[in-house]
Amino acid sequence: MRLILDIAVTHLVHRKRQTLVSVLGVAMGVGFFIAMAAMMQGFQRYFVSKIIDVSPHIIMKDEFRTPPRQPVEQRYANGAVRLLNVRPRDERRGIKNGMVVIDAIARQPGVAVAPTLAGQIFLRYGTKDVSATLYGIEPDLERRVTFLEQDLIAGSLNGLHTTANGIILGSGLAEKIGASLGDSLSIISPAGVILKMKIVAIFRSGVTAKDNYESFALLKKAQILQDRANVINQIRIRLSDINQAAALARSLEARYDYRTESWEETNKNVLGIFVIQNGIMYSTVSAILIVAAFGIFNIITTVIHEKERDIAILKSIGFNEDAIRGIFLLEGLAVGVIGTMIGWVLGYGLTELLASVRFSVEGFVKSEGFVLYYTFKHYLIAGSFAMVASLAASYLPARKAAAVNPVDIIRGGV
Amino acid sequence: MNRKPLIEARDVTRVLPGPVPVTLVWDINLTVRQGEFIAIVGASGSGKSSLLYLLGLLDVPTLGAIFFEGANTTELNREAQAKMRLAHLGFVFQFHFLLPEFTALGNVMIPMRKKGALGEAEIEREARALLAEFGMEEYAHRLPEELSGGERQRVAIARALANRPALILADEPTGNLDSKNAQQVFDIFKRMAEKNGQTVVVVTHETHLARQTHRQVQLLDGRIAANG
Repeated sequence: MRLILDIAVTHLVHRKRQTLVSVLGVAMGVGFFIAMAAMMQGFQRYFVSKIIDVSPHIIMKDEFRTPPRQPVEQRYANGAVRLLNVRPRDERRGIKNGMVVIDAIARQPGVAVAPTLAGQIFLRYGTKDVSATLYGIEPDLERRVTFLEQDLIAGSLNGLHTTANGIILGSGLAEKIGASLGDSLSIISPAGVILKMKIVAIFRSGVTAKDNYESFALLKKAQILQDRANVINQIRIRLSDINQAAALARSLEARYDYRTESWEETNKNVLGIFVIQNGIMYSTVSAILIVAAFGIFNIITTVIHEKERDIAILKSIGFNEDAIRGIFLLEGLAVGVIGTMIGWVLGYGLTELLASVRFSVEGFVKSEGFVLYYTFKHYLIAGSFAMVASLAASYLPARKAAAVNPVDIIRGGV
Repeated sequence: MNRKPLIEARDVTRVLPGPVPVTLVWDINLTVRQGEFIAIVGASGSGKSSLLYLLGLLDVPTLGAIFFEGANTTELNREAQAKMRLAHLGFVFQFHFLLPEFTALGNVMIPMRKKGALGEAEIEREARALLAEFGMEEYAHRLPEELSGGERQRVAIARALANRPALILADEPTGNLDSKNAQQVFDIFKRMAEKNGQTVVVVTHETHLARQTHRQVQLLDGRIAANG
């Protein structure tokens, strides 16, 4: 109703400073939320997209989640049998019939598969020894499974074919040993094989752990180095729909028994940190908005205290309790709405400011500034939170105002 | 005068509860007819104002009931009582109780806007006419703080009359006015009763003003001591 709005607005306009403080409180809560959310979610999304781009979506490894059941346990599944000091059999490691498995998986639609032999190596260059992981790959299959080729900053993937003993290093790794494109280094494997290899390409994925510790060579060379002819120990899979990863990983593991991890599982530590991060963000912003809500509570309580006579006279004129309550709820709502709108502008400004900040940091991923994520959702969440806070903050005093007994006030005034 | 009763108090008692209950009015029977102009007089603390608030549905009797146009209002809920006040009653208090942020015109318009029976333009015309009736036309756009005591009280009366109420209740309306302004206020009330047929109940302790009304009800310690 117009009249109630008029009275509410009049109250606020006549106490400009207090209103301004309350409005700014809400605005800051909303603004900070938007900026923080843009920053956090920006980083998280950037990180996830990096993971998805750089690594395979699913990795099948030559290990088992649970050790194989012993014959006696199979025979007496429910019997009171206890086996102690079982020595695992020395098996030839690697995925059995790896190429057959790959062919079978590749037949599914929307799936690209590549074989890999992963193993530890030492790089020796000059006086430096650095350990790294070497992945033996088939370049033609690999380029369909990871973005290795796109991440190359020098050389090319085909170098593996054209050079007799080619190796691709991560940029961090190359820096550590102080070698660059075209240099030859000694590669020493745990099996005792030493190969002279030439750097044919250098990649930078932006994920620090990869850039500092990974290297790639042809599958054949890796097998020679590790002395494991015709063995593969990882099957790397890329999907056209990443949301299928967890389900496909589960079904592959059920079928082949090998430990099969989707990207969510491989990175669950980091994804877990994100949950905590979001929790911290939401509680910080809630705290700001709760303080803002106290501001609203304060201004409306003061107005009501000062306006008791007005409330009494309005009641004697015939304003019912709903109308009185409505006036003060509207005041809270007005502070909330105006605060939210200023907060939106503030939030937009803050994100722009953050976007212009430049720095270089190496954490999980390498980045040169804040990666920001803009979405209307943040504006909506912040706005509705502010609205709920301001309504809740004005509801209590408004209820008290509605309960004012005009006779008490008028009698007191005489 | 043989007009029909407008408001009646039947066996009305009002006790303020508390550790020591206070009896404000005791067993009041009073009938006010349409077009009557009556004064409730008595020493301070005799229950004059309390009776007025009961008649104005601002307070609810502990015992007995208030009848308006023959209908029991005590049974109504607060919502319905608020509606009745808006439609049929107008209050004037010792302190003007104007809303300080609204102009004289704005104050007079509030009850009409709340009632919502007229359009905004008509409401403004009506409000201006009311102010003009009390010689306050040229002060329409002044805030209460820019008016003198007498002027404020006239604006407050104009506001009380805004919805053309059947019953006007005034609680010491001249308490803060000089004798000239006080006389003016009583003249206004008299005119409303005699010309417009509105009923006016005034609480006052000024006997020379009370004598100008049609009837004086004398209260003593919460009871009616004299009526007539």
